[in-house]
Parts: sequence; C-alpha cells; structure tokens
Amino acid sequence: MFDFLEGYDLLAAFWVTVQLTLYSAIGSLVWGTVLAAMRVSPVPLMRGFGTAYVNIVRNIPLTVVIVFTSLGLFQTLGVTLGAKDFTTINFRLAVLGLTAYTSSFVCEALRSGINTVPVGQTEAARAIGLNFPQVLRLIVLPQAFRSVVGPLASVLIALTKNTTVAAAIGVAEAAALMRVMIENEAQLILISVIFAFGFICLTLPTGLFLGWVSKKVSVRR
Amino acid sequence: MSGVAVIKENPSPAADDLVVLSNVNKHFGELHVLQNIDLTIARGEVVVVIGPSGGGKSTLCRAINRLETIDSGEIVIDGKPLPAEGRELAALRADVGMVFQSFNLFAHKSVLHNVTLGQVRVRKKEKKEAEERARSLLDRVGVASQAEKYPAQLSGGQQQRVAIARALAMDPKIMLFDEPTSALDPEMINEVLEVMRQLAHDGMTMVVVTHEMGFARSAANRVVFMADGRIVEETTPARFFSNPSSERAKDFLSKILHH
Repeated sequence: MFDFLEGYDLLAAFWVTVQLTLYSAIGSLVWGTVLAAMRVSPVPLMRGFGTAYVNIVRNIPLTVVIVFTSLGLFQTLGVTLGAKDFTTINFRLAVLGLTAYTSSFVCEALRSGINTVPVGQTEAARAIGLNFPQVLRLIVLPQAFRSVVGPLASVLIALTKNTTVAAAIGVAEAAALMRVMIENEAQLILISVIFAFGFICLTLPTGLFLGWVSKKVSVRR
Repeated sequence: MSGVAVIKENPSPAADDLVVLSNVNKHFGELHVLQNIDLTIARGEVVVVIGPSGGGKSTLCRAINRLETIDSGEIVIDGKPLPAEGRELAALRADVGMVFQSFNLFAHKSVLHNVTLGQVRVRKKEKKEAEERARSLLDRVGVASQAEKYPAQLSGGQQQRVAIARALAMDPKIMLFDEPTSALDPEMINEVLEVMRQLAHDGMTMVVVTHEMGFARSAANRVVFMADGRIVEETTPARFFSNPSSERAKDFLSKILHH
C-alpha cells in the first residue's frame, strides 16, 4: 500500500521544515522582543517604528513577503545573505521572510504579556534606581515571557505550518515534496494524510510541551 | 528587631535640610492634588503625613522620587534639584528608598534576590558581598529564615518587611513610606511598624504617609496634616493630637479618634 513512497525522501523534506521552523523561531523571538521593547519604550521614534512595523508586516500575506524576499531582495537587489548556491540562498531568504513576518506576532503576544505585569513592579524597580533597559530586562520581560508561553506556542505552531509557503521560492521542504508526489503518484488522499500526519507529529508535541512549560513557569502573585 | 548595625554611618543630628519642596503644584486633570506645597525635611527627621483619603498625601510622597511628575515648583534633595529623567534620576532614586502600600516585591525572584538586585545592578557590588548585606538586613527585619522563598509564599507583613530591607539595601539617604500598613491584616501591622520604629530610632530620615495614629504619636518628630491638596497644619505630634489649631484637623481627628 505504501509502495509509492519509494524514491521519495520524506524525512529529508521534513528535516528542512524543522530547520526552517527552528531558525525562524529563534529569529522571530529575538526580533519580536526587540520590537516589543521599542513599542513600550519612552522614545517616541522607537514606539512609532515598532507600531508601524507590526501593523504593516502582519497585514501582508506571508506569500507576498516570501516571494518579495526572492524577487525583490535577491533577484532585484542582489541580496544573497552570504550564500553561494541557490538552495542555500533560498533557504536563508525564506528564514528571513518567515522571521520578519512571525516577529510581528511575537511582538504583540509579548506586549500583551507586558501588560499583565502590574505597574507596581515597574515602580518598585525604578524606585531602587534601575534604568529603563534594566527595568525591562530584569523585571518586566522575564515576567511577561512567563505569562505568554501559551500564546507563543500558538505562534510557533502557526510558524511551523507557515513554513510550507517557502515552497513558493523553491525551498525543498515538506509541502514542496508533497506537490511533486501528488504530481507523480495516484494516491492523492493517502499523500495528503501522510503529510498532514507529519505536521501533526511536529506541532502536537510542541503544543503539549509548551503547555506544560507555561504552567511550570507561571508567576505566582 | 534584632540589633544589627545601623545603616547610616552617622545618624547625624545636624539640622541641615535633606528635602526641600517649594511651591509644588500638581494636577490630575481637573483635580488640583498638590497646591503650593512648601515642605522641608531635615536630615534624621521623621515626618508623618496624615489626612483624609484623596488629600494628596501619597502623591506628595511619590513626587519626592518622581514616580509622580509635578507641574510646577521645585524639589531639592540633598542640595540638588530633582532631575527630570535619565541617568541622574535613576541615581537619585537609588538614594531614596521607597516602600509601597502593595509591597511590590519582584514576583519572579526569591526574597534574597529581591534584596540583592539593586545592590548588584545599581551599586555594582560583588554578589557575595550583596548577599551578606541582604542576609543581615533580612535578619534585622526578622525574615532571615524566608530568604530562599518567593514573595507569594510570604504573609503580607513579611513581604512588607522584605520590601523595607530591599529599600535599605541601597543605603538610602531617606526612606519614603507610602501607606505601608494599609494593605495588611490587623495582626501584621505591628510587626511592620516595629521595624519602622527601629529605623526611626536609628536615625533614618523618613517620610511616612499613614493612617496609624499610634505610630505618628510615638515615632514622629513632626506631623504634617494634608487635606484637599494643601498642607493644613504642620506641628509636633503632641500638639497635633492634643490641641490641633485648624478646624479641618479637629474635624478629622474627631472622626478617627472616637469610634
């Protein structure tokens, strides 16, 4: 029944999906945190930039973002992100696009977490002489992160599935392989089920694990 | 509580002015919460601010370390005008200890870490030195055995005593108390007041906003009575409680002392 799978490297394809997810997740966490810090900063210019970035980027379809990295950045502006061969260039462009897009959602999740930290925590921190970056880094963000593990898990799951858009610029991840198999094999339903199952195998444990973490790290008040 | 060393090197009796507020005004929208406030606090002095709720007591207290900005007037601390923002303001706040009504201990850090944080990050002390200092302060306020716990595991009275230790760890020139016992169960009020009495006795300059008349009577050098955004009366505790000169104060006292 599964004879048709011969000649296709499913694991390799899903491995690319995992790599896309992992690099983009780390990238979005860092850039999303920076954006959130900008959006709560006392400097109007930074607040303005953060707000503009989030509202523009999260309202553009991911496909447009990803295709722009290839057509706009690479083919028009010649941005190669330090890579030589097309496979690596496309992979890196996809990570860049996914990061740019996902970080706007990370930023907003984190900002709602910042709003759960009582204002007294900030006042106490300022009252002992901590400056703004210290207040944010030592007091506010650690508590904010703990309260948004759940929402961030949703963002991560969405990101895992969003990596399929990278197929649009020729990254050989799971969805790209699926397209090839559907083209060549006569097992449409079975192929869909296999790939759906593959994604569930990635996302379901992520969700369960982060749900557990979220309980574990929650701040008691 | 226990007799660990005094924080101030030199609980100087010198009558120099540590905090001077001149002609301070502040509005919350329409409400004129601070109206032409003039107040001078000498080094080593314990000033208790009392008065009806909404009279501007807390705002006055919070203005001294600029947790509230003011609209006009001047606040001078130890000879220097209160900086508006940035590095200088942070440095000033480190010198002004603050204790809040709702404790505001850092919820994600242990009691010990609450008391070492400012020493390490602001005073740039070695971690070991900061911990020793923290443990001695926690011992002084009677919660040494709780050092490894998290704030939520402590009673309100214990949390407030940790908050006092956290403020003392910065070696402040002055301590501000913003209704430190108002959120406490009645049986925990005394353990906090006792720590504050000890501090006053050791020569700490203190501004205490409170409804605890017993504390005002026994620990204050001066009582400031505030109502409707003004300082209505400013006198010794003995005179204030036995023979207040303003009608507003008489009215206030009659309501709180005879029930």
